[in-house]
Amino acid sequence: MSDRTFRIWRGNQQDDGDFVEYSIDVQTGMVVLDCIHEIQKQHAPDLACRWNCKAGKCGSCSMEINGKPALSCMTRMNTFEPDETITVQPLKTFPVIRDLVSDVSWNYQQNQRIRPFAPRPRDPDGEHRMMQEDVDRVQEFRKCIECFLCQDVCHILRDRETQQNFAGPRFMVRLASLEMHPLDTDDRLQELKDESGSGLCNITRCCTEACPEHIGITDNAIIPMKERVVDRFYDPLVWLMRKLKPGNSREKTTVE
Amino acid sequence: MIHLDEIQTIEHDVLVVGAGGAGLRAAIETSNLGLSTGVITKSLLGKAHTVMAEGGMAAALGNVDSRDNWKIHFRDTMRGGKFLNQWEMAAIHAKEAPDRVRELEDWGAVFDRTRTGLINQRNFGGHRYPRLAHVGDRTGLELIRTLQDHGIHQGMHVHMECIGIDLLQDGGKISGMLAYWRETGRFVVFRAPVVIFATGGAGKAWRVTSNSWEYSGDGYGMAARAGAELMDMEFTQFHPTGMVWPPSVRGTLVTEGVRGEGGILTNSEGVRFMFDNIPERFASETADTKEEAQLWLDGDREARRPPELLTRDVVARAIMREVKAGRGSEHGGAYLDISHRNSDFVKRKLPSMYHQFKELAEVDITAQQMEVGPTLHYYMGGIRVDAESQMTNVPGLFAAGECGTGLHGANRLGGNSLSDLIVFGARAGLGAKAYLDKLSGTPTVQQEQVHEQMRSVIDFLNREDGENPYVVVDDLQTTMEQHVGIVRDGTELEEGIEKLQKLKERAAAVKAHATSQYNPGWNTCIDLRNMILSAEATARCALQREESRGAHTRLDFEGEREEGLTFNSVVKLVDGQIEARKEMRPTPPEELAKIANASLEDLEGSRV
Repeated sequence: MSDRTFRIWRGNQQDDGDFVEYSIDVQTGMVVLDCIHEIQKQHAPDLACRWNCKAGKCGSCSMEINGKPALSCMTRMNTFEPDETITVQPLKTFPVIRDLVSDVSWNYQQNQRIRPFAPRPRDPDGEHRMMQEDVDRVQEFRKCIECFLCQDVCHILRDRETQQNFAGPRFMVRLASLEMHPLDTDDRLQELKDESGSGLCNITRCCTEACPEHIGITDNAIIPMKERVVDRFYDPLVWLMRKLKPGNSREKTTVE
Repeated sequence: MIHLDEIQTIEHDVLVVGAGGAGLRAAIETSNLGLSTGVITKSLLGKAHTVMAEGGMAAALGNVDSRDNWKIHFRDTMRGGKFLNQWEMAAIHAKEAPDRVRELEDWGAVFDRTRTGLINQRNFGGHRYPRLAHVGDRTGLELIRTLQDHGIHQGMHVHMECIGIDLLQDGGKISGMLAYWRETGRFVVFRAPVVIFATGGAGKAWRVTSNSWEYSGDGYGMAARAGAELMDMEFTQFHPTGMVWPPSVRGTLVTEGVRGEGGILTNSEGVRFMFDNIPERFASETADTKEEAQLWLDGDREARRPPELLTRDVVARAIMREVKAGRGSEHGGAYLDISHRNSDFVKRKLPSMYHQFKELAEVDITAQQMEVGPTLHYYMGGIRVDAESQMTNVPGLFAAGECGTGLHGANRLGGNSLSDLIVFGARAGLGAKAYLDKLSGTPTVQQEQVHEQMRSVIDFLNREDGENPYVVVDDLQTTMEQHVGIVRDGTELEEGIEKLQKLKERAAAVKAHATSQYNPGWNTCIDLRNMILSAEATARCALQREESRGAHTRLDFEGEREEGLTFNSVVKLVDGQIEARKEMRPTPPEELAKIANASLEDLEGSRV
């Protein structure tokens, strides 16, 4: 129940954009997305923004709020100072389409490049058996809502030159979820190293901090994947073994 | 106006509208059958409403209780639907759900496991046995991500942020669809002899709803304008547990999984009121003491289920009754409590509920009660389809998932929605193939139709002035809350229909500012007409059904009436006006009627 000021980035890729100020009355419990909807209703019906579930489950409403990448549906107004102006702008890592909407199609292209899940055959009775403790880690990765906040904060991706060589935290997590899937028979380590650029991450943990699902992106996904790549391609002993027994290069590491 | 050749055109054998569970499953089927398949989605891929489904998908796998089988699932579905379901659809669903769920595992889904490593199943309202395959309380996300990651390698083309305007027809047959790209605001003509709708419901016509902006009844509007029939539109499910506080999240879903894991409902006096709300039909299967309910929770197979797990219509009405009697919670709902269970258990089984309440309401559900109340959640009714093929009465138009109808009757059981998506999504794909195999010649796109449809939406941008579409949506929501809410009444409904006529006029004269590029104001203008059409169809069916059955409650006609069981409400657009009629129900297939009315003992022992 207070009058609050917002500075919202307006513009599109063709023109230069600018911040526009709006004031609205903020009620108890409101989140930033509610305020954007109020601004649409009262002041700017054409203000572009993505959203769907409004409960932190779909990952559509990612934006930068006071410089910090966040889901606007989960950012409560009472987390700001009472007279603080709220600055809202689109994700910086990706090109702007209009206002708060950015073009995240690059992420879908990365996903398309990852080879699909390849399960082992079912047991003779037609079932797949996996123990809960063996899938806990994979389930953690599968909590990902593809909000792309981790991609947005990743400095490898922020740099347009290195962007093309690294799939980004989201897809390291996806690769890890396949690599650690007890049923999967494919081997993606070569791909991880060459195409996804696992070596480029230098573990600053920005992605982990940004993740609204609290997935241990760095410690649970990226580091283990880096270790597997190192073990396979850079361990002299393993290298020698492979030279001696060439048929053995596609062994799969699972969490059994 | 622009010549047809100058408008972007994309050709497919099959165009799927909607990329939730049903749409993606249908597209996987048609892609695998070698058909060129396009999928259009209002949002980005993977964001459809399916991600919000929490509790699980129902399938009689029998992994947790081996007494379960398809016949009992079928019987539960019919009873939950108060016997207004389409018999064949309920049977097909119960029979095919287990295979559709197992198939997801081959595509990468990782369900929670039993102790022996099989897919775990949880209890849910109206299901006799633990039947819901689940992943914590984010089963919908698991479903959509699995279908998405599998689907993109099957050859389908996903056209993101592309919104359908209307169907194109050639002599009644489907020839394609006009749509526009949100990103640019430009039009695109899809030429396709088959269109499969997987467009979801129309919950956004209400204020307190678990639905997002996408749920504007696009499929209902477009199908009706193309001559398709809608059925059972009076049956709108109010989920008993939506959040009620703070106001900005009012309506956001609280999964039934909370009650499935032992959550109890109490009023402001601390009374567990569901014990006083057990309908006769379910009395023999429901615990009538706290002690028995506790035994059931502890795993006693002889104990009966707690009354909190009665069907959604029953629980929603009971909460309303408590609030009306002045025994509601602080902000006008009921208390839902799971804090008696171990804190780690709650966080593991209901992680997103824990997160949601913590972040949005500053409530720790492992230690505090939640406040919950009914929220418009789901359309049992929808586009009328053939049970086997999912084709509508418009040749070449199919519908699956929430936008179709027939499986759920007067009330849907929790968990039957996700299984509905994959069973009938796949069926629609097969139906499309069968239709194409028999189709001679290719229906053509008519320039005049395209122009007329384009004009109808460009007008919103071009007119000098007009009303703000958001204000009209707001008034629509107020009207639906007041007149077509959880408890209905003839006079109220008639007044509501009057108001909807005025809203229709206002909606035709709204104005969108600025350009068509990524303009939510323009989107709202276009969505509004579908929302109002769906709302009116619901109100007219509700007025016609003079009884209380399942999710449809009439103050002036209490209780189920014999006549109510003889018909389904069918709606059709005649000269631009919505007309409702009663379609007599055919005699049920003998075998299915026998199963639905059999005793549990006989079904468990496979004696029926």
